[in-house]
Amino acid sequence: MSTEAKRPPAPAQKQKEKGEPRDNGADAPPASELAGTTPEIRRELLHSMLLQRRFEERCAEGYALGKIGGFLHLYIGQEAISTGVMSMIRPDDYVITAYRDHGQALARGVSPRAVMAELFGRDTGTSGGKGGSMHIFDAKTNFLGGHGIVGGHVPIAAGVGFAIKYRRGNQVCICFFGEAAVNIGAFHEALNLASLWDLPVIFIIENNRYGMGTAISRSTANEDVLIRAKGYRMDGESVDGQDVFAVRESMARAIERARKEKRPTLIEMRTYRFMGHSMSDAVSGTYRTKDELEENMKRDPILVLHNKIYESGELSEGEMSKIDDEAKAIAQDAWDFADASPEPPLEKLYTDVYTDTTS
Amino acid sequence: MAVVTYRDALTQALREELQRDDRVFLMGEEVAQYNGAYKVSKGLLDEFGPMRIVDTPITELGFAGLGVGAAMVGLRPIVEFMTWNFALLALDEVVNAAAKMLYMSGGQYKMPMVFRGPNGAALQLGAQHSQAWESWLAHIPGLKVCTPGTPADAKGLLKSAIRDDNPVVFLEGEMLYNTKGEVPDGEHIVPLGVAELKREGDHCSVITHGKMALVAMRVADDLAKEGINIDVVDLRTVRPIDVEAIARSVQKTNRAVVLEEGWEICGMGSQVVDFIQRECFDDLDAPVLRVHQEDVPMPYAKNLERAAKPDAGKTIAAVKKVMYLD
Repeated sequence: MSTEAKRPPAPAQKQKEKGEPRDNGADAPPASELAGTTPEIRRELLHSMLLQRRFEERCAEGYALGKIGGFLHLYIGQEAISTGVMSMIRPDDYVITAYRDHGQALARGVSPRAVMAELFGRDTGTSGGKGGSMHIFDAKTNFLGGHGIVGGHVPIAAGVGFAIKYRRGNQVCICFFGEAAVNIGAFHEALNLASLWDLPVIFIIENNRYGMGTAISRSTANEDVLIRAKGYRMDGESVDGQDVFAVRESMARAIERARKEKRPTLIEMRTYRFMGHSMSDAVSGTYRTKDELEENMKRDPILVLHNKIYESGELSEGEMSKIDDEAKAIAQDAWDFADASPEPPLEKLYTDVYTDTTS
Repeated sequence: MAVVTYRDALTQALREELQRDDRVFLMGEEVAQYNGAYKVSKGLLDEFGPMRIVDTPITELGFAGLGVGAAMVGLRPIVEFMTWNFALLALDEVVNAAAKMLYMSGGQYKMPMVFRGPNGAALQLGAQHSQAWESWLAHIPGLKVCTPGTPADAKGLLKSAIRDDNPVVFLEGEMLYNTKGEVPDGEHIVPLGVAELKREGDHCSVITHGKMALVAMRVADDLAKEGINIDVVDLRTVRPIDVEAIARSVQKTNRAVVLEEGWEICGMGSQVVDFIQRECFDDLDAPVLRVHQEDVPMPYAKNLERAAKPDAGKTIAAVKKVMYLD
């Protein structure tokens, strides 16, 4: 078994100029064409990504209208990662993530109605309106949240891996976090434990190059975040997170390693966030330029997938539009459901602080 | 009833619960091969093996969070902190994760786990190793907080804590491990949230918890020689807190002293005083006084440390003051 972290051909220089944006994965090795998927799978991948996009566009609208409050972190631009990852795992596997979680929840199969209702703060939401945007949980799909403290959930993922090992199961636990989390102690402690104890966890760095408004070049002494795998004797690789097929291929390797060798993996998925950090910052103009944003939006993951499918000639534009219309209809249905749902009754204020149960 | 040490009472509880439920496991620094920094887990590795008695690296945040994850998917972790002073590094997992998971998830994810270890000052360990954390932890909705003062309570409460489906913070007295007391034979359970009247008297109530319960009992014995008889209300669990037991006692004695190991500002005692003023306003014959650590980091020098700590002398003085005897 190789303990060498695998990387795509390195960009020309290791130490980049301060402030220069890091590539978004375009230089990563391409996935083998369509990565052995069937037309049916490809259609599902497109549907999953479009659903997230259309759903979150409605989220932004809901926020503007005051139907959604608090913090709202959109995933737009990163959908190939959630879709690619979820399309490779089993229903009995586990998923845990940070606060940019709606897209991942939808890709995992959490009810769009329940997610939108949670965002609207309604009784029918995934947490009955008590969680909000950052705390989507769904026990039915083993979706373990939605966590709001950067890096805080990474040791929790190691714990899920520990439980799998304890029970001699062969599930995996997927743990998503942004590249800014790699500077947090919790990340390092979790990676050490996962490798030390052979825990079947796949740690996924979604490197969208900005921790809130701070570019990775301004936050991270060594921008090669994958190097951290080596520090913990862990296998790892860096992939083009805008290409759903590349995501799937890397996942296949990591899943095999987790199920068969019981070893964790660290994967850097290089991507780009098309929206602001949350709804309160300008999409560009403060910490990144409009040119940079527009350049990166040319590698919209949905466009990348669309082009590949289109080139293969298996779907007509009309059929593509139909998939998009379906996604829009689901988002509309989720909106209507949430909007019509009641607020949580006040007597639920005090429920679920404690459970009355004992073993 | 057998007389056992506080340490052995805890070990009995761990052993019995590990035997009872194979989802229960113990993890922490030096808990396995070393038999525990304070020997609470002595012999457990041999009996239960390394998958259930787990030595961790020195990585409090990491293994506390790991425990949270294991609890989310149905195991029942007991996370030992070598001392609660080290647990500050892990508080994000205790406060932001364990305490809130059930609520944030709308009831979907329970947290059947225990965070335990020694709490409070020992002798001359200096500022960073001599602190009582219960008021910090009791502040958090979603946590339960146990502070046993005797071997019987240590065993009975720990068994309840392990069986509880909520995250329980279990604060053991560092100076109590060698203390002895009677522990009922066989299955011995103490429910969480129920205080015990450890001494009975009509003249004044001393309300306390944890290690200070022993101090309060000594105070009761000393004052009895002077003809002063006090109630000692040992809260045993500070969250949930047994307000009825506090009120019952103060309504009888009409005077109260609240004794705790921690600091004054926002201490457990201020919460107890608040309950007293709400529940017993018309019953009080004197202002309630508090006895606590002086408002300084713990000094090292013997004489300064003694001066900083709450003790029997300070408590007796407070009782006499509320009885207008000084």
